[in-house]
Amino acid sequence: MLKVSVDKINDLFRAIAATQKLYLPVDTNAGAQYREWSEGVTMSQALNTNRSAKDFFFPQTENLAEFKMEGKKIEVKPQVNEYEDYVVFGVRACDAASFAILDRVFLSEPVDTFYAHRREHGTIITLACNRPAETCFCTTFGVDPAVPGGDVSAWQKGEELYLEAQTEKGEKLLQAVAGALSQAESEDIEPVKAAIRVMMEKLPLAKLSLKGIEDQKMLDLFYSDKWNALSESCLGCGTCTFVCPTCQCYDVRDFDTGNGIQRFRCWDSCMYSDFTKMAHGNIRNSQMERFRQRFMHKLVYFPENNEGIYSCVGCGRCLAKCPIHMNIVKVIKTMGGTENE
Amino acid sequence: MQEAMIKRAKELLAEGTVNRVMGWQAGEFAYDITPTVFSSADELDKAFVYNDFCSANVSKYMIKESRKEGKILCFLKPCDSYSFNQLLAEHRIWRDNVYIIGIPSYGKVDVNKVRAKGVTGITGIHTDGPNVVVETIYGSETMVKMDVMEDRCLCCKSKKHMVYDELLGEEGEVLQSNRFEQVEALENMTPEERYEFWRSELSKCIRCNACRNVCPACTCENCVFDNPASGVANKAPSSDFEENMFHIIRAFHVAGRCTDCGECSRVCPQNIPLHLLNRKFIKDINELYGTYQAGEDKDARGPLTNFTVDDCEPSIVHHRRG
Ligand code: SF4
Ligand code: SF4
Ligand code: SF4
Ligand code: SF4
Repeated sequence: MLKVSVDKINDLFRAIAATQKLYLPVDTNAGAQYREWSEGVTMSQALNTNRSAKDFFFPQTENLAEFKMEGKKIEVKPQVNEYEDYVVFGVRACDAASFAILDRVFLSEPVDTFYAHRREHGTIITLACNRPAETCFCTTFGVDPAVPGGDVSAWQKGEELYLEAQTEKGEKLLQAVAGALSQAESEDIEPVKAAIRVMMEKLPLAKLSLKGIEDQKMLDLFYSDKWNALSESCLGCGTCTFVCPTCQCYDVRDFDTGNGIQRFRCWDSCMYSDFTKMAHGNIRNSQMERFRQRFMHKLVYFPENNEGIYSCVGCGRCLAKCPIHMNIVKVIKTMGGTENE
Repeated sequence: MQEAMIKRAKELLAEGTVNRVMGWQAGEFAYDITPTVFSSADELDKAFVYNDFCSANVSKYMIKESRKEGKILCFLKPCDSYSFNQLLAEHRIWRDNVYIIGIPSYGKVDVNKVRAKGVTGITGIHTDGPNVVVETIYGSETMVKMDVMEDRCLCCKSKKHMVYDELLGEEGEVLQSNRFEQVEALENMTPEERYEFWRSELSKCIRCNACRNVCPACTCENCVFDNPASGVANKAPSSDFEENMFHIIRAFHVAGRCTDCGECSRVCPQNIPLHLLNRKFIKDINELYGTYQAGEDKDARGPLTNFTVDDCEPSIVHHRRG
C-alpha cells in the first residue's frame, strides 16, 4: 500500500503524465467528463462522469477502412491506428466492472482488434466511492465500491490518497511513479472501506433484488403485459444506451466522401427505429418491443449466455439521464413484482 | 393542487367523459417523475403526482393518445398549452378526443442544479414556500427555490393557457419575459466568437436524439436522420461538422413552429443550450415578420408559411449584422 497527500496529488499526476497520457474526470459545462491532464487541470469531485469510461476502449465513432475510387479501380485502405499507452484515473467500481462485461463481447472470438489494442494500452486507476448517490445500486450486481478494482485501486481518507496495485500492469505503473508516493499500511484504509459499506446500506436502492426476475421463465418475462405500461412514454431516444457503460451495440456505416467511401462504426441503440434493420424491414416495429429488448438483454439474455452475469453494473446513469425517468430499476421492480418496496 | 387534480380526474372517469388520464407518475426519489396514462381511480390514488418536478410536457403524447378509442383527460401547464395548440394548428392532434384541464405552474425545479450544489444521496425533495428542502442520506439541506429553478422557468413567457376545456386554480397572464436577453448576448459576439461558442457546445452532442424525440414540433413519422434511404441518416457523425448540421437543420425545420417550451435543453444529457438556437429564430421572426408566438392562436398562419407583400426580401440578411 502506498500513499500521497491530496495537496501533492499533482506531483503524482505529473509523474504519470511524464511517461504517458493521463485522463481524469474534469468538471465541464457538460458535467464531469474525462479529459487529458495537463498542468493546471484539476480533478472533478463528482461521483461519476456524465459519459461512462467505455469511451476509452469503444469510442462513439471510429473509422474502420477507406475505399478510394479512381475510374474502375477501387483501392481498399484498412484503418491503421497508432496506439499509445495511457492511464485513466478516478474510474468508479461500477465502470471498472463494466469493462469485464465489454471484454466478454469484444474479446471473445472473433476478437475486436480495435478494442483489444485500446484495452491493452490502458491502465486503469479506480477510486473508491466515499459519497455514493441515491441512483447507485452497484451492490445489486455484486460490485463493492469499497474495493473498486482496476489495475490500481485508490481510496481517499481525509487528506491522504492511498493506492494499491491490483494487477501486474498496475504494479508497473506504481513502480514507475514511486518517487511521488510514500509507504503506507493496508490497515489504514479499513475505516474508509467500512464507512463506504455503511453508506451503501443506507442507499434507497440498497435492497434492490433480482430474485423476482431470476425466478421467472424467459418467455413469461418476454410475453408479460407489463412492458406496455413501462414503455408507454419512452421517447425512443438513445440516451439510456449511450450513457450506459455496458451498452455495446454498434452499426457499421459507409460515408460517401465524394471520391470514395469512409467506412466507420458508431454506437447504435436498440431504442432506435432503424436498429438491426434488414432488407425485409425491421424486426421490432413498436417502441414497446425495442424497450423490452434493452432490458431483456441486460437482465435475461446476457446472463443466459454468460454464466449468469448481468450486463448492468448499477451505475445509475440511466436513472439520472432518462428524460422521462423510466429506467432499469423501475423495470426490475415492476417485472420482479416488488414495485411497492 | 395534486388532490384537486386527482379528484377531478376521478369524477371525469366516473361519469364517463374520459376513459384515460394523462398525467405524471411518482418514482423512486421524489424527483424522477414519468409521464403516464392512468386508467382507473385506483391507479390515480396509487401514483399520480403533481409537484415541482413534473416538468415533462405531455402535449406530444396526445398525437398518439388522441387516435385511440375514447377520450383522454390531459393536464396542461401554461407552456404545454402552447405546444398543444401548435399541434392543433398542424392538425396533428384529434381535438375531440382530448379533454384538457389547464393547471398552474409556479416554476419547476431542476434536480441537476440541486446536484450542482454538491447535494447527493437524495431521498426526498419538496418545496416549502420560497425554499426547496432536500432530504439526503447525508442529512437535509434547504435552498432558495429561485436558485435551483429550471432556466426556462426563470424567464417564463406566460402563465396563461392557450387552450383548455376547464381550469383548475387561478389563471395567469402573458408575462413580460426577458428571454431574448440570452440571444442578444450571442448576437453581440463577433462572428468568430459565436462560431466558437456553437462549435464547442454542439461538439458535446452524443447524438442521442433526446432533443428531437421530446420536441413537440418534431413530429415527422420518419425523420430524415433516421431514414437510411435519405442519404443523410446518421446515428453518429463521421465528422464534427455533420453534428453541427444536424442541429442547424433541426432548428430550421421547427422555425416558426417552436413555441420555446424548452424541452430540448431540459432533456439534453450533455447540457447543450439548444433552446438558444431556436430562440434566435423566434427573435428574428419577430423582428422580420412582426411579433409572433407559435401556439398562441391555432388559426393564425405561420410567419414562414404565409406570404404578404410586406414580407422582407431575402437581401435583409445582408442589411443586418449577419
Ligand atoms: S443499465 Fe443503467 S444502471 Fe445499468 S449499467 Fe447501464 S446506465 Fe448503468
Ligand atoms: S454505482 Fe457504486 S461504484 Fe458506481 S459510483 Fe455509485 S457507489 Fe460508486
Ligand atoms: S428509456 Fe428513457 S432514455 Fe431510454 S430511450 Fe426511452 S426515453 Fe430515452
Ligand atoms: S439531446 Fe443533447 S446530446 Fe442528445 S442529440 Fe440532442 S443535443 Fe445531442
